[in-house]
Order: sequence, then structure tokens, then C-alpha cells
Amino acid sequence: MKHQAYLSLEGIGVTFPTRKGPFTALQNVDLAIEKGQFVALIGHSGCGKSTLLNIVAGLVKPTRGVVLLDGGVIDKPGPDRAVIFQDHSLLPWLTVEENVRLAVDQTMKDRGKAEKRDWVLHNLELVHMAHAATKRPGELSGGMKQRVGIARAIAMQPRVLLMDEPFGALDALTRASLQDAVMEIQAKLNNTVVMITHDVDEAVLLADRVVMMTNGPAATIGEDMAVTLPRPRKRIEAAETADYNQARQAVLHFLHQRYSNPSDRAA
Amino acid sequence: MTATSVLATPFADDASPPSPRTLPESNPAMALCVDNATPSASGTPETDGSPRTLPASALAPLLERARDFAASILPPLLMLVVLLGVWEAACGNPESNLPSPSRVWTESHDVIMHPLKGVSFDATGVHIQDGGDVGIAGHILTSLERVAIGYGLSAVAGVALGILIGQSLFAFRALDPLFQVLRTVPPLAWLPISLAIFQQAGPSAVFLIFITAIWPIILNTAAGVQNIPATYRNVGRVLALSPASYIFRIMLPATVPYMFTGLRIGVGMSWLAIVAAEMVQGGTGIGFFIWDSYNSSLLTDTIVALIWIGMVGFSLDRIVGWIGRRVARQG
Repeated sequence: MKHQAYLSLEGIGVTFPTRKGPFTALQNVDLAIEKGQFVALIGHSGCGKSTLLNIVAGLVKPTRGVVLLDGGVIDKPGPDRAVIFQDHSLLPWLTVEENVRLAVDQTMKDRGKAEKRDWVLHNLELVHMAHAATKRPGELSGGMKQRVGIARAIAMQPRVLLMDEPFGALDALTRASLQDAVMEIQAKLNNTVVMITHDVDEAVLLADRVVMMTNGPAATIGEDMAVTLPRPRKRIEAAETADYNQARQAVLHFLHQRYSNPSDRAA
Repeated sequence: MTATSVLATPFADDASPPSPRTLPESNPAMALCVDNATPSASGTPETDGSPRTLPASALAPLLERARDFAASILPPLLMLVVLLGVWEAACGNPESNLPSPSRVWTESHDVIMHPLKGVSFDATGVHIQDGGDVGIAGHILTSLERVAIGYGLSAVAGVALGILIGQSLFAFRALDPLFQVLRTVPPLAWLPISLAIFQQAGPSAVFLIFITAIWPIILNTAAGVQNIPATYRNVGRVLALSPASYIFRIMLPATVPYMFTGLRIGVGMSWLAIVAAEMVQGGTGIGFFIWDSYNSSLLTDTIVALIWIGMVGFSLDRIVGWIGRRVARQG
């Protein structure tokens, strides 16, 4: 019998109707992800990687193909696929605790109030944000907001954690500390993660597998590379190893030689 | 499909929580009844008790605050004095068609000093004498009661319709053109229809308030719903919120600043409409009081009434603005 992956994208294609006729964004995307695997999806802007993530989230319906999670077909959004949005998307009228609580209320409906409260605080502690539980998002820095966004997502105990360029809007130092936080959490929880990024180092440092996308239109998976660096990974030490640099070179080569930035080429 | 140019955009910065400043102060297309917020109104520090007994070190900040207070209160006070002076000088002549301030004071002394004539308070509420000689506050209260009913109904219906056309593209396309046309109809133009339907002064005035105030409430609420950031909607979808919890946890809080822009414009328009309606219909209310005083050649009473109307209208605007800020802060 054929092995069925935990999360599998089969023959995914997306065509948008436009004024100039149909536009094919994605074509023949096949991807099988095992439970507990951390997959980074990398590609140039406009290659449809966000669309792909939204399809797994159920926010966008594919024109062709199917996404199976644990054997079931995905056809709508649900809390079993938590999304960490690039702009954190915390609700500004709720406190940090209430933002996480909103998600917990949806996913732990049968639990008692005290238990839900403890779970919210536990998850805020995981991202080192318990101290800000009563603050509102407007009082937090960008990095802190995204920590809360991560807490909200992992508090939902999703079957798949989807991250849409989670650190794209942050400065380099904040990004590094958030990456460390994600690695720390991943070591504890071993979630199945799909992360979109356009940062080569981020992909290689965090992921077990880097999936590289070709340029659109009709983008698809160009290369699928395993990153075999041992865990736990430390950014300084890892950067000095040959494996790390080899992986990094491979991704750079793919992005800048085989599929260079389409907007540069046009210029 | 964002509604119209009538609408303000309060959530310029989605990261910050709705703050007092996110409530727009005025709306260009319908600004006639929304005052321009004076900076002094928000910046006025509270007056403090006498600082005389305090040591010098504690005195400095108090002095500072007193100076700030004086700086914000003196200019309007000074302006008032100048205005009254000019008015007195221009109309001091007994032949003058417009009564001078001193004439207003002497001739309308009774109206100014006894506003609560014919009004009694007890445990069951406020009672205004039926007909006869009623003080100006009594007329104001009658008008306010009509505004409260008409505006209350238009707030409920306006928010509900605003959510409907904000949420449903079909409803928006079906109803928006109608609303855009109807909202330009001046309040008084509705009066004959209103009288024909209700036959009585009271209910038809209430209807007039309702039909006047509802448009900005509908249109601003709809714009608020349409401008809910896509990420908030996506949060609702990913969490699989039920329609009811989506409305109460996401849609309404996200729409509050827009909604209160509409409610604030609406209350100002209500106050405009009630005075006009009562002037034409007669009977009771502050509009009737003005018309009656004009017909009795008591122009000084009219002037007193104008001041009352201005003060009440200003208060209504501020009260709704204040409620909006409170609600936005709490979410």
C-alpha cells in the first residue's frame, strides 16, 4: 500500500480569472509532508507561495487538486491549521491574554475556565510574553506582537502550523530572537510546520526541508532539499559548518541563478 | 466597493488600539453639524484646589497647570466679551431691529431666570405642564424627548442596515443608490409626508428625526464593516468563529470608530431637524418656542432660545463623541 503522508498536496493548481483572461498562478504542485516536519517554502515575490499556504489553511480554494491532512480533505479554514500571519493580526481591542483566549475558547470548548486561563498563560510563557498578558497590542513592539501571534497559534494545538512570512516585517535582530524562540518551541512541541520565507538563512536554520518554488506564472516546486544539520541548532555554530553553507549555497544558486528574480530580469 | 466619499477612515493605523484620536472630528460632506474640535477642549487641565498652603516646590506644577488652564479659557472668554461689546455698540440704539444684549437681559429676564417654569420633578420622572406658560427648559426637554426616541430608533435601525449593506454585496448594490438619493432630501421636505402618515405633531416630529439621522449612521457603519481589515476576517475564519461570535468579537469592535462617526453626525442632524420641524408644526418644543416668540414680537426670547439650542446641540455632540471614545477603548 502506498504510504500516505500526514499532510499531502496533490496536483494543486490555481487559476484566477482576470480581465486579460485566466491567470495560472500555481500548477501541478505535489508535496508530501510528514508529521513533525518543519518545511520552509522559499521563492521570489509573486511566485504563489502565499496562495499555496492559504490553500492549506483553507482560505483559498484550489482550482485543481486536493489537500489531505491526516487522510481528510481540506475544504475550509479551521483551527486545526493555525496561521501565523505576517502582520500578526492581533485584534487591537483585546488584550494579549484575550487575543490568545479567543483562540483557546474555540479549540477547548469543553474545558473549564480555570483550565483555559492556565493554558493561555502557559502558552504566553512559552514565547516569554506572560508579563504582557494584560497589555493591548498597541502597547507592544512588532517583535512582541509576533510572539503573541505565535502563542495564539500554538495554543490552538493545531495539527499543522502555518507561518506566512512571520518575521518579514521585523528588523534583523528581532527576527533572530524570534527565530530562536521558534526553534525552542519546536524542540518542545515538535509541530508540523509550513513556513513561507524569502530569507535563505532563516529557511536553512529553521527547517528540516527547504522547498524552492519556481517563478510564476504557473509556478511549481523547483527543488526539494533536506537540511540535515543536527538539532539543536545554534545560529553562530551552525553558520560555521560545511553542511550549513552547502545548503545555503544550494538555495542561493536556485534563487539567483536558475530562477532569478523576475522583476530584476524585466528591468 | 468601499462606500462613498462621505466616509472617514478612522483605522489609519491598524496596530494601535482605537484611541480618542481615531474618532474623526468632522466629516467634510456632512460637516455642517459637527463642530471643529477645539484643541482646548481636550487639553484643558482640571482646576485644582487652592495651592496657598503648599510649599514652594509643590507650587510650581500647580502654577503651571493654572497657567495652562487660563491660557485655554481666557481667549474664548475674551472673545465673548468683545463680541457682546460690538453687538451692544451696534444695536444699542432703541430703534435697532435687532435687540442688544442688555435689552435681551432686561426684556427676557423672566425667560432667562425661570427656565423650569411649568416643569416638575418627582419619583415618576419629569412632568411638563400641558400647554400654557412653560419655561424654556421645558420646551427643550420636550424636544429632547422627541430626539431621544427618533434618534434612538435611527441608531438601532441605522447600525443594523449598515451592517447588512456592509456585509452583503448584493444588499449594498441594491440599497446603496436608494440611500444615496434619500440622504440628500432635506429634513423639512419629509414633513408633509410625515404629517400625512402620523396626523399628529409629536409622532411626525419623531419620524422626521429618524429619517434625518439614519443616513449617516447607515453609511458610516457600512463603510466600517467594509473596511474591516482582511486579516481580522481571516482570524475569524481560521478560528472558525460562529456568525454570532464573529459579529460580536470582530465585526462590531472593528466598526465602532466608523459607527460613532455616523452616530455623531446623526445626533447633530437630529437636533437641526427637530427645531425646524417644531417651528413649522407648532404645539410644543423649542422650535415652537422660537416661532411663537417671533410671532409675539419677542425677539429677545428668540435670542435666548438660540443660545439654549446651541448649548444643547454642543452637549449632544460631545456626549456621543465621549461615548464613542469610551466604547472604542473598551472594545
